[in-house]
Amino acid sequence: MTETITRKRTMMGADSRPSLPKYIKLRHDPGRGRWVILAPERVFNPDDTAVAVLKLCDGTRTVADIAASLAAEYSAPVDEISADITAMLQDLSDKGVVTA
Amino acid sequence: MTETTHIAEEGAAPACELIRAPLGLLAELTYRCPLQCPYCSNPLNMEKSPAELTAGEWGDVFQQAARLGVLQVHLSGGEPCLRPDLEDILKHAVAAGLYTNLITSGVTLTRDRLEGLAALGLDHVQLSVQDVDPEAADIISGYKGGAPKKREVARWVRELGLPLTINVVVHRHNIERLPAMIDYAVEVGAGRIEVAHTQYYAWALKNRAALIPTREQFKRSVEITNEARERLKGIIVFDVVAHDHYAVRPKPCMGGWGRNLIDITPTGKVLPCHACEGIPGIEIDNVRTKPLADIWIKGQSFNMFRGTSWMKEPCKSCERREIDWGGCHCQALSMTGDACATDPACELSAFHKDFAKLAEDEAAAPPPPFIYRRIGAYTEVKAAE
Repeated sequence: MTETITRKRTMMGADSRPSLPKYIKLRHDPGRGRWVILAPERVFNPDDTAVAVLKLCDGTRTVADIAASLAAEYSAPVDEISADITAMLQDLSDKGVVTA
Repeated sequence: MTETTHIAEEGAAPACELIRAPLGLLAELTYRCPLQCPYCSNPLNMEKSPAELTAGEWGDVFQQAARLGVLQVHLSGGEPCLRPDLEDILKHAVAAGLYTNLITSGVTLTRDRLEGLAALGLDHVQLSVQDVDPEAADIISGYKGGAPKKREVARWVRELGLPLTINVVVHRHNIERLPAMIDYAVEVGAGRIEVAHTQYYAWALKNRAALIPTREQFKRSVEITNEARERLKGIIVFDVVAHDHYAVRPKPCMGGWGRNLIDITPTGKVLPCHACEGIPGIEIDNVRTKPLADIWIKGQSFNMFRGTSWMKEPCKSCERREIDWGGCHCQALSMTGDACATDPACELSAFHKDFAKLAEDEAAAPPPPFIYRRIGAYTEVKAAE
């Protein structure tokens, strides 16, 4: 039971460096004409924003870096983007799709 | 902004009568299994030495499945590790670009073999755990010494960097230990736990009285699961397969008949659902004689209950008709004699009260002995009756 104590929920913050574990596969599905995330016994449909974020989750960039990059690309307020993607990445972390 | 704005779980798309591409393929590689769990979903009349699909035939099936849109393959059984050519089968699945999931009891695995499978590109392992109490696990599985072996296999899976799901089938003999089973899954490093209440078809239907919990036990298990899901958020993902007899509304059979999943048996029969072979009038196709796309799109079996046009009242005008798709046809058939009737798990079914009472009465009585899942056992039992 000691190991249960060492397993903790990852909390996403501006300094977190999210990445996709190798068993999570972000793939374009040509037949369906959309992106899919393949996960253990799960398939998710990410929208364009989620795909843009996930493509930047390389384990090197921080959430703040990703927010800055997307803010520049879409000419959007960085605070808004930051809040939005932090929430999204927290949800994806809780689903086991990203780690940090 | 909420999660659903950006990420939707596949399978939840709005319904229509158009045929969707299937997402998953359940590949039952063999019915052979060292375990004899009395709730097995395999058919009662498993053939003794069936001509199983060869690795090459599975390879062809996987290519066809991928072209049809299948994204994930679940290598299952029986016990898939009893196939000496599992490695070849896995290679074919990986070559077809499918996400691969090994559904195993683990008892025959060695670390070397698992390492080899991981190296070939296996994506995920689902390990069944019958009980946290080793003696109880031996009794339910009819197999001695499974528990320590499974713990070892779970450790190997994690050491090899593979994601792990622990599958627990819940019934009257282990339901009181559900909290310990959840702790076990966390402890062995699983990222996901499947709390699967026994589904009373096939062997489990035969053994219903021996397996069914009381309504109180079931309710308590729901509270335990809900509390644990919240407490363990971000640590382990929960999936619950609901219990039918104490349900209010049915669950969608296979996520909707002919919508998401294809089940292929060891001899190549292509099924919309595990248990559908008993439905009168159903015509089962085989991958040995027909292209998979033809079967999925035009097959009589897949179209029998696809969409909503087959429905009668109260399903026909129900606002949930495209959520639960009428529920389970096999259960409707066994309770009402009509596979097109509303699943008796639904409170709108005229049979709902009887369906619940049957469970309550059986759960209140002492459990009868198990009829263990053995190839040929059912016919022997029948002969003895």
